[in-house]
Amino acid sequence: MDTKVIVEESQELQNITKEESVGPWKMVWLRFKKKKIALTGVIILIILVLSAVFAPFLTPYSPDEMNFSNVNAAPSRQNWMGTDNLGRDYFTRLLYGGRVSLMVGVISAFISVTLGSTIGGIAGFFGGRVDNILMRFAEIVMSFPFLPLAITISAVVGANVAPETKMYIVMMIIGCLSWPGLSRIVRGQILSLKEQEFVLAAKALGIPNYKIILKHLIPNTIGYIIVSAALSMANAIMAESGLSFLGLGVVPPTPTWGNMVQHARNLHVLRTRPWLWIPPGVAILLAVMSINLLGDGLRDAIDPKSNN
Amino acid sequence: MSNNVLEVKNLKTYFYTDKGVVKAVDGVDFTIEYGKTLGIVGESGCGKSITSMSVLRLIPTPPGKIEDGEVIFEGRDLLKVSEKEIRSIRGNDISMIFQEPMTSLNPVFTVGDQIMEAIILHQKLSEEEARKKAIEMINLVNIPRADKIVDEYPHQLSGGMRQRVMIAMALACMPKLLIADEPTTALDVTIQAQVLEIMNDLKEKLNTAIMLITHDLGVIAEMADHVIVMYCGKVVEEAPVQELFDNPKHPYTQGLLNSKPSIVENKNRLESIRGTVPNPRLLPKGCYFNPRCKYAVDKCRQEQPTLEEITTGHKVSCFVACKEVE
Amino acid sequence: MTTPLLEVKNLKKYFPIHKGFLRRHVGDVKAVENVSFILKAGETLGLVGESGCGKSTTGRTLLRLVEATAGEVKYNGIDVLNAKANDLRKLRREMQIIFQDPYSSLNPRITIGEAVGEALREHNLYKGAALKERIQEVIEICGLADYHVNRYPHEFSGGQRQRIGIARALALDPSFIVADEPVSALDVSIQAQIINLMMDLQEQLGLSYLFISHDLSVVKHISDRVGVMYLGDIVELANKNDLYDTPLHPYTKALLSAIPVPDPKMKRNIIILKGDIPSPSNPPSGCKFHTRCPIAQDICKEEAPEFKEYAKQHFAACHLIDK
Repeated sequence: MDTKVIVEESQELQNITKEESVGPWKMVWLRFKKKKIALTGVIILIILVLSAVFAPFLTPYSPDEMNFSNVNAAPSRQNWMGTDNLGRDYFTRLLYGGRVSLMVGVISAFISVTLGSTIGGIAGFFGGRVDNILMRFAEIVMSFPFLPLAITISAVVGANVAPETKMYIVMMIIGCLSWPGLSRIVRGQILSLKEQEFVLAAKALGIPNYKIILKHLIPNTIGYIIVSAALSMANAIMAESGLSFLGLGVVPPTPTWGNMVQHARNLHVLRTRPWLWIPPGVAILLAVMSINLLGDGLRDAIDPKSNN
Repeated sequence: MSNNVLEVKNLKTYFYTDKGVVKAVDGVDFTIEYGKTLGIVGESGCGKSITSMSVLRLIPTPPGKIEDGEVIFEGRDLLKVSEKEIRSIRGNDISMIFQEPMTSLNPVFTVGDQIMEAIILHQKLSEEEARKKAIEMINLVNIPRADKIVDEYPHQLSGGMRQRVMIAMALACMPKLLIADEPTTALDVTIQAQVLEIMNDLKEKLNTAIMLITHDLGVIAEMADHVIVMYCGKVVEEAPVQELFDNPKHPYTQGLLNSKPSIVENKNRLESIRGTVPNPRLLPKGCYFNPRCKYAVDKCRQEQPTLEEITTGHKVSCFVACKEVE
Repeated sequence: MTTPLLEVKNLKKYFPIHKGFLRRHVGDVKAVENVSFILKAGETLGLVGESGCGKSTTGRTLLRLVEATAGEVKYNGIDVLNAKANDLRKLRREMQIIFQDPYSSLNPRITIGEAVGEALREHNLYKGAALKERIQEVIEICGLADYHVNRYPHEFSGGQRQRIGIARALALDPSFIVADEPVSALDVSIQAQIINLMMDLQEQLGLSYLFISHDLSVVKHISDRVGVMYLGDIVELANKNDLYDTPLHPYTKALLSAIPVPDPKMKRNIIILKGDIPSPSNPPSGCKFHTRCPIAQDICKEEAPEFKEYAKQHFAACHLIDK
């Protein structure tokens, strides 16, 4: 992070709030607040999350409730987005599908960030041989072709499990394959922070290593980790939709945006019943886009130098 | 024809940011005579680099904008000429060297390629002639083995060598004016001595005028004929070099001179200037220097002084100093 | 003579160069080759030299911020380089360091009070109200105001940040401070403020400084004695007036002549050294300075000169001083 830029900026901010101290996180917020596009992303994301969380209150149906007298209906007042071939209310499935898709995103991102920052942190802090081994390992994981591998694992491991369990397998696959990028970033950060004079100063003051890591190193990488978490969440949602679309991710009856888009695989549906595949498609687009906007906005707010 | 290669009149360069206008250069006047060196001194943020970049119209727009003024180079106002014309002047009639010898050369081209580029572009020489000229220039800046160095890449050279290559490049087209922005700040003392000697030497050989920007008064004393001192975008004092060091009038100039420890005499305590440079968006009322000035009187807090000539060639922008002279 | 506060003997620090996948050891950067000096209580020893001469590494090795390759460092008779964790912890309270870069020397995420108080808490020196009081006291003697305690580093200018760095070092009430280019990154008018502060503090608190800088005029102003380093060796060491008035080593002479003096009338004989500083990973044979020395002779290429006393308390390493 370019502290000089921050200093100049904060001295401007200071003149507005002379009495009040502006902490580093407040600075991030003050900068973030000014980015209209990122704020739009946040609002869209909040709407998506809230509608997934409060799904039971937004619809009278349950996602698995079938009504064979009303299959393949077009959108109407009762079924805003029509029904599918089993007579399930499609709007309801979209809301509940959002729960699964977003949760896959959050948990996969969590796994990936935890693995990535721990491995990157260890490699950066200890350096030498440890670093060499861990980074070679990361490179190996990185050079696996993601889709074929994910498909294979999913097919082998997921063959005999219940649909609900399959969801967790998908999360694990995505999380365990997407950490190396972050681990490299964290390693680089720790390596450069280690050389910063304030870390040497802490060492000279007799502060033990674990406290140096907890107080001086990690808080200074957390910004990058948050940004990276947001971006990997967007990627995880994409990956889940991709796998589910191919029928190898989360499988019906559990709805996800990915397996709902699967309807588009049928040419007849594609042409005649667009309400079956456009809404989940738009939902994926909105979710991924809003998370990316949020992530980019955060990155610019945390590291003003990246934004020229 | 006048004696002046460059006349800058009332130059104003402002930066427009979200938080307000920064008057980086606010009404600066100076002239440089043919073959002479003008030193511009000041601390970081005083606008000395922006002044030099404004001369060649290198200000990034937006956020920056040259608001007003004239930059007359051999009779032409550089602020009014076309984009094409200014390009033919840059690197040809006026060239520039920068502080960072590490980043101001392109790492993927050989030293020779980079020197030849300007020669071929501006002087329309053939590749072979340009190469000969490049070797000649490298020799001129005292780099040994010029015929080998010409084919080397920047990373193969040390910092001092790179800065000399920069000088060779800048002088390849025999410019009438060389703008040197902190040319030795990043160099070690012994290397600085080498570079300064070469600059002085070439000034005499090629009769190039130099606009030398630095924060180091020692370098100024060594190199400059005439000096301007800048503070917060304004010229606070201007004088021939000897006069400035013998008879500094502005409290800021005095402060700068006194706050530097000397290797010649032993001082007991350094006279520091209190406080820090003000935020450029919130300059104090009256004289910009008044909050840090130990002589400040009420008038200094209310009105802004202008640059007045007190003795021939010596101008100062200070109520207290001017009154003293009267 | 009383025992010196700090005694450094034959200090050596090589940074190994590793190459390739297997990290084979292919050579060393000989940052510090052979450095010996003593520092008396209450005194300031200046260490000057150009970039890459090993002056900063020397300072850091003394404090065990980097581990020495060989040599001996004694602080009040205690062996610093071989001190066990517990003893080292105690030594940390005595020996502190101030850094060059006011931007990278403070953690942007913690407040000034936290930065200054961290070590006090770590060493269990003060608690509760006394801790607060101590932090304020230290901050105030460094020229900052008490309300600065809850602010973050980015809210301060370069000069103020340097004051915070000094306050942090002083919190533990040390008696020896390594000042590693503490004013090089500051503007001239601010430099003077910090130099004055350091000299005042020395007087008030009886501090001893190892003042590392490339700026010979600053070093002259603040030091009692000065050592000149070149490629990992001290080539000359003397009381400051002796060193600046009658330098013995040709490198010192060249360095002194090369400083631009802010007086246009001064006509100096500048000794322009040829060439650049050789790489510390492959230093020249014999006297390391012979490649650039204006008076070098055959013996200089073959034999390393001995570091001897030529006048009272005036040491130098050169074959040609007597001649």
